[in-house]
Amino acid sequence: MSYLSIRNLSVRLKGGPPLLRRVSLDVGPGEVRGLVGESGAGKSMIGKAVLGILPPSVEVTGGEILLGGTDLLGLPPKDRRRRIGATCALIPQDPLTALNPSHRIEPQITDRLVNILGWTRAAARARARDLLEEVHLPDPERVLRAYPHELSGGMRQRILIASAFAAEPKLIVADEPTTALDVTVQKQILKLIREMQARHGTALVFVTHDLGVVSKVCQHLSVLYAGMVVEDARVADFFAAPRHAYSAALLAATPKYTDPDAGLNPVPDAVIDAVRAEVAAFDAAKARRGAA
Amino acid sequence: MSGRQRTEATDNAVIKVLATRLLTTLVTLAGVAVIVFFVIRVVPGNPIAMMLPPGATEEDIARLSALYGLDKPLVTQFGIWITGVLQGDFGTSITTRQPVLDLVLGRLPATLELAIMALVIAVALGGTAALIGTRFRGGKREGAIDIANGVALSVPDFLWGLVLILLFGVLWPVFHISGRVTPSLDLPFTTDFYLIESLIRLRLDLTADLVAHMFMPALALAIPLAAIIGQLLKQSLKETMNLDYVTLARTKGYGETQVILREALRNAALPTITLVGVQFSFLIGGTVIIERLFSYEGLGNMAIDAVINRDLPLIQGIVLLFALIFTMLNLIVDLLYAVLNPRLRHG
Repeated sequence: MSYLSIRNLSVRLKGGPPLLRRVSLDVGPGEVRGLVGESGAGKSMIGKAVLGILPPSVEVTGGEILLGGTDLLGLPPKDRRRRIGATCALIPQDPLTALNPSHRIEPQITDRLVNILGWTRAAARARARDLLEEVHLPDPERVLRAYPHELSGGMRQRILIASAFAAEPKLIVADEPTTALDVTVQKQILKLIREMQARHGTALVFVTHDLGVVSKVCQHLSVLYAGMVVEDARVADFFAAPRHAYSAALLAATPKYTDPDAGLNPVPDAVIDAVRAEVAAFDAAKARRGAA
Repeated sequence: MSGRQRTEATDNAVIKVLATRLLTTLVTLAGVAVIVFFVIRVVPGNPIAMMLPPGATEEDIARLSALYGLDKPLVTQFGIWITGVLQGDFGTSITTRQPVLDLVLGRLPATLELAIMALVIAVALGGTAALIGTRFRGGKREGAIDIANGVALSVPDFLWGLVLILLFGVLWPVFHISGRVTPSLDLPFTTDFYLIESLIRLRLDLTADLVAHMFMPALALAIPLAAIIGQLLKQSLKETMNLDYVTLARTKGYGETQVILREALRNAALPTITLVGVQFSFLIGGTVIIERLFSYEGLGNMAIDAVINRDLPLIQGIVLLFALIFTMLNLIVDLLYAVLNPRLRHG
């Protein structure tokens, strides 16, 4: 039984083109699913839809987001917000902009516990200290009192990870959590996320454009193109034999660290044309249904 | 970086700001002193001739001029005046023959109370408009607030004064249109800060009377400033609402209003605070006309009388005091900015 189940989710720019085309995917408890695709494929949009932070210019036109069996889209806004706050969390992309510059670190980790879940300040503080130790930050007391600008990008991303796990969420969306970091820090952060996820048994939706990262972190993956899921597979199966021509080409295009001289293999035009034709056929079918 | 070191760093930064500011303040005031002294002597009009009854002879004028030292060369006069100022003696008013310092300090509290009340009203009105506009951004309510801001900005404060007099003084007379306090009242005050003292003494009847006198001039001063605060703060808030840390706060379960107040407001307020500091100086300048309009017994009203009577020492004293207030305001804004913006505190 999956914890997060997205059924035929469609999202579009208000009065404009579709951004997600009947997306479906499942994430079981403690499971890690990678969302892969090029820029603009809609992978981040799925995470935003789940967490209720779609930009105001975008609207959901259909489908369900079932979280623990309840359709989030059917809840009144306040209940939806509370439920997401209590059971889900986000690890954002850019640690340099995701912390409030005028608040100290402590309230940025504990605010959800104190203000949404009703913990006492002392209990929340103790929890924050434990979490900072768990993400391997030395001298937690000092970090709790610090302002974001006093800390490095890697430290801030560790803090954001600690903050995401603070309320023991059932589901975490990690939105390209290593893209903004140095290559050396990327590896450590990736390792940390995997370690924390395994220890807490949290379901994780991992948004990335890097198939190499998927192979290290995820058990399942969805490959997206133009807001459509073109392949949904177990990671082991996918890397052994991708089923869709586009995802195969994407896999072939991934640079291999073991063979840096191999050169880049961009996705062939023929494959792009074919997957675009699929998208066009989807839209045409939808238009026919709409007309009928 | 222990807590104590942090405090020391903060203290050092504050001391540095204060020391530099003190120096620039002195230079500014010296410049203002020179300019005001010579400029008002270039403007036509002889204060002595205005004091004497019509038909006074040239000889009478010369005798009285000598009495006030106005027959000496300008540079000597300036030397005498500035030496006195440095010793705390601002000279004697020509029209009232009282020490300038006593006159000015006697009126300053009335003007400060009026200006601060105007500032409080402006921040309250402008802040509320900005928060409502941000909460309902893109909707009809934001449009209504934009229109109200535009109207408030395009009408100058003294015209707002006339509008308010018409509305709340004539058509629906709920406020007093003239003076600082009802003259028949028995005032127990020992300072000139009537409003503050009435609150401290818990004489709320007097507070009510004072507020009924001050409210309209304060509101007239506040309306344009409120519009500026409303516009700028709303703009900053809307920009802040798109930042990553605000989005992250949304996923924690906060509602829109909480997100605005907890995450966005403090960061968005920084540019507004700088602007309010500058605009507050203009507001104090505006008290001159508004006090005249409402016959409010403050510094501005006294300044107009002093200019009409060519009361040179009094004009000099008032202008110096205004200059001092402006520089102090800038200092307060800088310090406030450092308190609100942690990035400025260490460094």
